[in-house]
Parts: sequence; structure tokens; C-alpha cells
Amino acid sequence: MNPDRDVTPTIETFGLGRRYGRRWALRDCTLTLPQGHVIGLVGPNGAGKTTLLHIVAGLLEPTTGDVRVLGASARDLRTLSRIGFVAQDKPLYPRFTVEDMLRMGGWLNPGWDRASALERLAGLDIPLEQRCGSLSGGQRAQVALAIALGKRPDLLLLDEPVANLDPLARRQFMQVLLEHVAATGMTVVLSSHLLADLERVWDYLVLMSASRIQLSAPTDELLHEHRVLTGPPSKVGAIAAAHAVVQSSMADRQATLLIRAGGPVHDPDWSARPASLEEIVLAYMRTPLAGAGPVLSLVGSPLRGSR
Amino acid sequence: MGILQPGDQLPTAREVVAKLAINPNTVLKAYRDLEREGLVAARPGQGTFVSHGLDSPDPATFARFAAQLSRWMSAAQAAGLGPEDIEAIYRTAVRDRFAEGVA
Repeated sequence: MNPDRDVTPTIETFGLGRRYGRRWALRDCTLTLPQGHVIGLVGPNGAGKTTLLHIVAGLLEPTTGDVRVLGASARDLRTLSRIGFVAQDKPLYPRFTVEDMLRMGGWLNPGWDRASALERLAGLDIPLEQRCGSLSGGQRAQVALAIALGKRPDLLLLDEPVANLDPLARRQFMQVLLEHVAATGMTVVLSSHLLADLERVWDYLVLMSASRIQLSAPTDELLHEHRVLTGPPSKVGAIAAAHAVVQSSMADRQATLLIRAGGPVHDPDWSARPASLEEIVLAYMRTPLAGAGPVLSLVGSPLRGSR
Repeated sequence: MGILQPGDQLPTAREVVAKLAINPNTVLKAYRDLEREGLVAARPGQGTFVSHGLDSPDPATFARFAAQLSRWMSAAQAAGLGPEDIEAIYRTAVRDRFAEGVA
């Protein structure tokens, strides 16, 4: 958030893979993610998002490859003290009160910031004496977030944090999270399959499908490079020669293409408009770059989609 | 977030983020763009302030034309036109007048 911020990548992986029996949950994952962003990890269920987050959080040993988090090993205790992780089911002890959970957070974390955790929960009217088992879904998510932020992490990993929340609770969760980001410059990796909701939250996107990384780039770069074109089917070939066609759909008289533009489109037979982040993500999800190998960033050889 | 006049202070990026739940880098980028266009200026240690407004007519001119439009609308309504008709006329007129460089 600040121009002279630490340029050490927040997460670096090299040929990372994890196998369960004969099935690869994650493979060929080579990735460099910068600090100071809210990074979206998107992809269909079973794409490998949770596996990747668990490896980065030091909870899971990779089968192949290596990972460095904040410049050090993910299993180093000092690294772990700088990482916050909230698992998908927001595990809290149901018989503990909110106050018990906060006290536990204090015992387990050396740099614990009790005051701000209390302030955050008070701002949301969550009573400290209530048992976690009787909290609403939104309140449970907020308590889990307050504990994770109380640790004052440099990197916060959130696995599907808002998937089961109603729209209001979702927004409140994001308000608390992003305000902390604005105040501290903390890096966040947030996995989700809810695209529309988080379009304004992410400024960096990692797209996974079929156990592989398909795309990893800043969102403004993605929005700048991708366009939706409509025009005559007979001229699709000319477009495909100059640009990377990610997705195409054909009707009798009209073709609709989502392209990663290799430059401006001059042909007046085509009308172009900017692509939304959701359109870009869906296009890449429908057209997995099978066998494309590790993708470091968008810059590289042109990607060809199937017709 | 509201309307600001020259001299007003912009909310801090943190306040905007807390209210709108959007990415903080997006807000900072927008502030940088406004600064580059000379519309706002950052005063170190104090915040960001509006330096001058958009090149728009003064409020009195605004009010005069708003009143004329309102009178015209009353007449249109009296002649039996509905909101969609009025909007269509207005949009066509704006398009005809300002449509340059649009295919």
C-alpha cells in the first residue's frame, strides 16, 4: 500500500503438487504472488484451492515442489506467527464463549492485539458471554475473523469465508476485513466461487481449475487486456491470428469472442466492448488450458481457446 | 459518498473502504488519478482536499436551466406524454447534439 513496501513475494511456489492416493489435488503449481494485494483464488469446487491454501498455511506437506511464504519456509515457526488462516468451516469451539475464544487467541499468539479484537466485536454487537455454538453464521465468521486479525498477521488466508453468509453479513465481513487491510497493508488471499460479490474486493486474481493454475495476474491488467467482440463468423480466423481467443460462441450470423487482445482491433465489422472480470473468469474456467504447464503470469505465449 | 466543494476534505481511503467494502488499492488509485488531473491535492499530515471543481457552470446557471426544463416537462405532461416518452425525447436530443465520434 506504500510505495517503499517490502518487495519480497508473499507466496512463491515452485512445481508444487499434492497427491491423495492416485489423484492429484494440485499439480505443477508455480506461482509468485506480490505483497499488499487482496488476492482472489477462484475456481470450481475441487480445483485445488483448499489444498493450496493448506500447504501455504503449513498445515499440509506437498508431495512435490517447494513453497516459500514471506520469504521463508512455510513450516518455520516464525513464518507461521505471521500468517493468519481461517478454514472454510470457521472452526470455533461451540461450548466456548466468545470471550473464551479471545482468551485462547491471546494464549496461543505472541503478538496478540486484544484491544482491537474487542473493539471490532463491540462494533458488531456480538456479546462476549455468548457461546460460539449459538452464534449466527455471520457472527461466527466475524469472531473467526476477529481472532485471525487479533494475531496481526502479515498474510491472511481465508478459505471461502463468505460462502454461507447472507448478503448483509457478507458485506459486513468485507467491510471489517478491508478496513484492516487499508490500515495495515496486510496481504490477503481469499478463495471463493462467488465472483460478482468479490469483483470489487480483489485486485489480483489466481484462477485454478483441474488441479492447476490457469491464470495469475493483477485484475486491472486482466480487465485492460480482455475484450468481448461480436462480428461476422467468416472473420473469426483473422481475429484468431492476431489475438488470443479465450472463448468463442457461434451463431449463424454472429460470432461472440472473448479475446486477450494483442493490440487494438481495427476491423469495423467487429464491435468491441470491455470484458467484466466475471466474464473473463468464466471464459477461462470453461476453457481450461489443458497441458499449458506452469503459468507465471499472463505475459507469455498466446493462449488458444477451443472453438 | 457525497458531494464535495472546493476546499472540502476527502474522506480517508480507510473511511471509504470501511463504508463501501471495496479494495483499498482501488481507492488509492482513484485518489492518485484525481490528483494527477489536478482536481484534488494532498496536504502532508492533513489529508486530501478538493482544489477546484469540474469545469461546470455556476449554481445559478444550473438552476435557471433546471427551471426551464421543469416548465417544459409540465407542458409535455399536459400534452399527454408519459415519463418514457419524455426520456426518449431527452435522450435523442442529447445524442443528436453531442454525438461526435460515435459509430
